[in-house]
Amino acid sequence: MRTIRTRLLTIGALLVLAVWQLIPTNVTQRVRDPVTGRMKDTTIRRVPINLGLDLQGGIHLALEVDQSKGPVPDCADAIQRAEKVVRTRIDEFGTSEPVVQIQGRCRLIVELAGEKDPARAKGIIQRTAFLEFRITDMKNLFRDALPEIDKALRRAGVTAPGQGAAAASVTQLFGSDTGKAKGKAKPPKGKAAAKDTTDLNAPGALSSLLFQGQIPGEYLVPEEQVPVAESLLARSDVQRLVPRGIELRWGTEVLSRAGRSYRSLYAVEDRPIITGEYLQDAKATRDPLTNQSVANFVLSRRGGRIFERETGRHVNDYMAIILDGRVQGQPPVIKSQIGQRGQIELGAKPLQDAQDLALVLKAGALPAPLTIIEERTIGPSLGQDSIKDGIRAGIVGVALVVLIMVTYYRLSGVLAVAALSLYVVFTLAGLAGFGFTLTLPGLAGLVLSVGIAVDANVLIFERIREELQHGKLVRTAVDEGFKHAMSAIVDSNVSTALTAFILYLVGTGPVQGFAITLIIGIAASMITAIFVVRTFYMIWLDRRPDMATLSV
Amino acid sequence: MIRLFANANYDFIKWRRWAYGITAAFIIPGFSLFLIRGLNYSIEFTGGTLIQVQTAEPVGTERIRGALDAAGIRDAEIQQFGAANEYVIRARIGRADAVVEGSTETTAAAVDSALARGLGPAPEHYKILRTEAVGPKVGRELQSKALAAILLSFLVTLAYLAIRFEWRFGLAAVLATGHDILSTIAFIRYLDLEVSLVVVGAVLTMVGYSLNDTIIIFDRVRENLRKFRRQNLYEILNLSINETLPRSVLTHGTTMATTIALVLLAGEVLRPFALVMTFAIFTGTFSSIYIAAPILMYIEKRWPGEDARGARALRPAGSVPLNPPPPPPPPPAAPGGSGVRSKAAV
Repeated sequence: MRTIRTRLLTIGALLVLAVWQLIPTNVTQRVRDPVTGRMKDTTIRRVPINLGLDLQGGIHLALEVDQSKGPVPDCADAIQRAEKVVRTRIDEFGTSEPVVQIQGRCRLIVELAGEKDPARAKGIIQRTAFLEFRITDMKNLFRDALPEIDKALRRAGVTAPGQGAAAASVTQLFGSDTGKAKGKAKPPKGKAAAKDTTDLNAPGALSSLLFQGQIPGEYLVPEEQVPVAESLLARSDVQRLVPRGIELRWGTEVLSRAGRSYRSLYAVEDRPIITGEYLQDAKATRDPLTNQSVANFVLSRRGGRIFERETGRHVNDYMAIILDGRVQGQPPVIKSQIGQRGQIELGAKPLQDAQDLALVLKAGALPAPLTIIEERTIGPSLGQDSIKDGIRAGIVGVALVVLIMVTYYRLSGVLAVAALSLYVVFTLAGLAGFGFTLTLPGLAGLVLSVGIAVDANVLIFERIREELQHGKLVRTAVDEGFKHAMSAIVDSNVSTALTAFILYLVGTGPVQGFAITLIIGIAASMITAIFVVRTFYMIWLDRRPDMATLSV
Repeated sequence: MIRLFANANYDFIKWRRWAYGITAAFIIPGFSLFLIRGLNYSIEFTGGTLIQVQTAEPVGTERIRGALDAAGIRDAEIQQFGAANEYVIRARIGRADAVVEGSTETTAAAVDSALARGLGPAPEHYKILRTEAVGPKVGRELQSKALAAILLSFLVTLAYLAIRFEWRFGLAAVLATGHDILSTIAFIRYLDLEVSLVVVGAVLTMVGYSLNDTIIIFDRVRENLRKFRRQNLYEILNLSINETLPRSVLTHGTTMATTIALVLLAGEVLRPFALVMTFAIFTGTFSSIYIAAPILMYIEKRWPGEDARGARALRPAGSVPLNPPPPPPPPPAAPGGSGVRSKAAV
C-alpha cells in the first residue's frame, strides 16, 4: 500500500512538473513600434515551446568571413567581433527572438524567426558599415593626370567609345567580366571593334567618359558607360597613373541631367579625416523643410576633437561621406569647424533606409565583410501548413495506435494508452523545460516515437501473457512479466538513444531537433511504460487481490 | 482475447537461403544503380538553390521553365510539389549554367525576378514560400558529417552490445544493420527519393530501430541459452524468434501505423522521411530474423563460444531429444507444426 502511495505521489509530482512547464507564460518580445519606429518590449502569453524556423517561418543564415579578397589572418577573432556587431544590429532590428551564435571557429549563425523580408535582413547583417570622411581632390590632381592615362590606354589599344562605341564597350565589359554566356554571343562584333583601335586621333578612352561635375574632384559618367569606366579604372596600368594620395570612389546616387542619367565618380584623398569608429550615436529623422531622410550622428568626445581640428584645416573644402566605399550624396562644403555632431543626407529615400543606416552606424562596423554561405527562408504560411499536416498525421497515427492497443490488450491496453497520454505530456514538457526547439522533423520524430513508445508495453504484456500461460498466478505473472521484459527494454532503448545522440552531435538545426525529440521520447517512454503502467497494475491488483484472470 | 501467433512454431531458419536470395535480388540491382548513378542528393549536400513557389493558379511546370529560360537560368529542375499550384525549383552547383555566376543567393534573386517577369508580379501571381541557398563548402561538410554519423553509430552500438551481450552478438547485430543500410539505399534508389539531411536522419533512426528489433530477439536467445542447456543454437534461435513473434507483430504494427499516417498526411517535405521509415520497419524485421540470427549461428560455428553449442548448430540434431517450451498447462503447442525439429543440412 505504501509503495503504491509513493509511486502515485511520484507520478503526480512528475505530472505537475510537466504541466508546469507547459503552462502559457509571459514572454518578453522586442518589437518595433509602428508609430515611432523605436524598439519596445512587449509581453505575450504563449505555451513556452520554441518552434523551429521551419514551423513558424523565418530566416536562417550562416555567414563566414569573406576571404575572397585576401585572407583574414585571425578569423576566429574577426567572427567574435562580428558577432557582437551583428547582435547589436539585430536586437534593434525588430525580430522577436533572434539567435546569433558562433558555430565552429569562424562561422556565424543568425536566425530570425517570423521575419518576412529576407533581403532587408541580409542587407542589415552583411553591411560592413565602414564610415569615413575624406576631403575631395581639391587640387584637381586627377584631372591633370587624365591625358597621361588616356595615352597609356591608347598604347594598350583601348579606343574611346566615340566610334564603334557600343561594340568596343561590349568587348571591354566582357573581357574583364565573368559573364561568359553573353561574352560568347558577341565575339564577331568584338573582333570588328578591335581592328580600328589604331586611330590615334580618337578622343581619350577614359576622359571621353568623364564629365566635370560641379565641385572639385567630382566627375559624372553616363549611366550606360559606368561598367566601361569601371573596367578601365580597374586596369593596373590606369591604377599606376592615378596620382599619389588620390583614390577614386563611386557615388551612390544617379543624377538626371537633360534627359540622361549619370553616376558620380569622386576623386578623394586616400587618407580619411575621421572614421566611424569614433561614432557614438546615430538617429534617423526626416528633414521637415526638404522632406529628405537624414541620419544624424554624434561622435565621441575624442572623435569630436579630431573632427574639429581636421575640419578647421579644411574650411571651404568639400568633404565626401563614404560608407562601405561609396560616396553618400554630394559632398558638402565645410563652412566652418564641425564638432561632435553631423548628418548624412539620404535624399528622397524612405525613412526606413535612414533608420537602417542609423542602426548599422550605431552598432559599429564589421571587422571584415561577411559572406552568406547558407540561407534558408521559410514563409510563415508554409510553417503553419506543416504544423497543420503534422498534427493531423499525428492524431491519425496515435488514434491507430490506441485502437490496436485497446483491441488487442483490452483493459491492459487501456492502461498503456493512459500511460501514453502521460508520455506525450512528458515529452512536450521535456522540450519546453530544457528549452529545445520543436522542428518539422522533430514533429515527425514525436509521432514516430508514439508508435515506438508502446513497444515497452507490448514487451511487458506479451511476457505477462506467457507467464500466465505457464500457469502462474496473476500477481506472479505480472511481477515476472515486468522483471523479464526489463533487460530487453533497457538494451533496446539505450541503443536507440545512442544513435539519436550521435545524430544530435553530428547533425545541424532540424536534424538536431529530431534527435532531441527522439531522446526525450525514449526517456519518457521508459518512465511511463515501466513505472507508470506498473503502478496502474499494482492499484488494480490491490483492489482485486483474488483476481484469477487478467485482461491482457 | 485476440492472440496473434501465440505459441507459434515456425522453422524460420530453415528458409534462410530463400531469404538470402530475395534480399540479394532486391539489394544488388538497386545498389549497383546507386554505384553507377549515385543518389538524388538535396541541395543541402550538393550546394545550390531551392525555391518553393505557390502560384495563384496551377500554371504548370512548362510555364515556369519558360519564365526561367527567358531569364537565362537553364538546367534548373522544376517539380510540382504537393498541391497543384506549388512548385519547387532546384538549381544545383556543378551543373553547367544552372547557378548564376557568383553566389547561390544571387540565384535566388535571379529566379525571383524571372518569375516576376514570366508570371506577373508577386504576391498576386506567385508567392515564394521557401528559399534555401547552400554554398558548396557547407554541402561538402555535410556529406562528410553524415558519413561520420553512420560510422560512429556503428562503432558505438558495437561497443555497447559487446559490453551488454558478447562480441558475437554485437557483430551479428551490426552486420544485420549493415544489410539494412544497403537495402535502404537500394530502396531510396528505386523510388528516386531525394536524399536530404532529414532522410539521413531517417536512415540513422532505422539503424536504431533495426538494432532494437535484433536486440529483442537476441535478448530472448541469451535467456533461452541459459534455460535450455540441451538444445542447439539452431533450435534456440527458432524458439526465440517464435516466442517474440507476437511482440514483433504488435510493435511493428503500431510503428507502421504512425509512419503510414506520416506518409499519407504529413505533407511533401516529410514524405521521403516517412517512406524510408516505413521501409525501415520491413527491412529491420527481416534482417533481425534472417540476417542477424543466421550470422550469429555462423559466427558461433566459426569461433565457438564457451558452451560450444554453436559448433553443433548446423549439425542435424535428430538425436538430440527435444525439450519443447516448458510444460504448458493450457493446450500444448500446436501439434504437427513440425516445429523445432531441425533438419538443416550444411
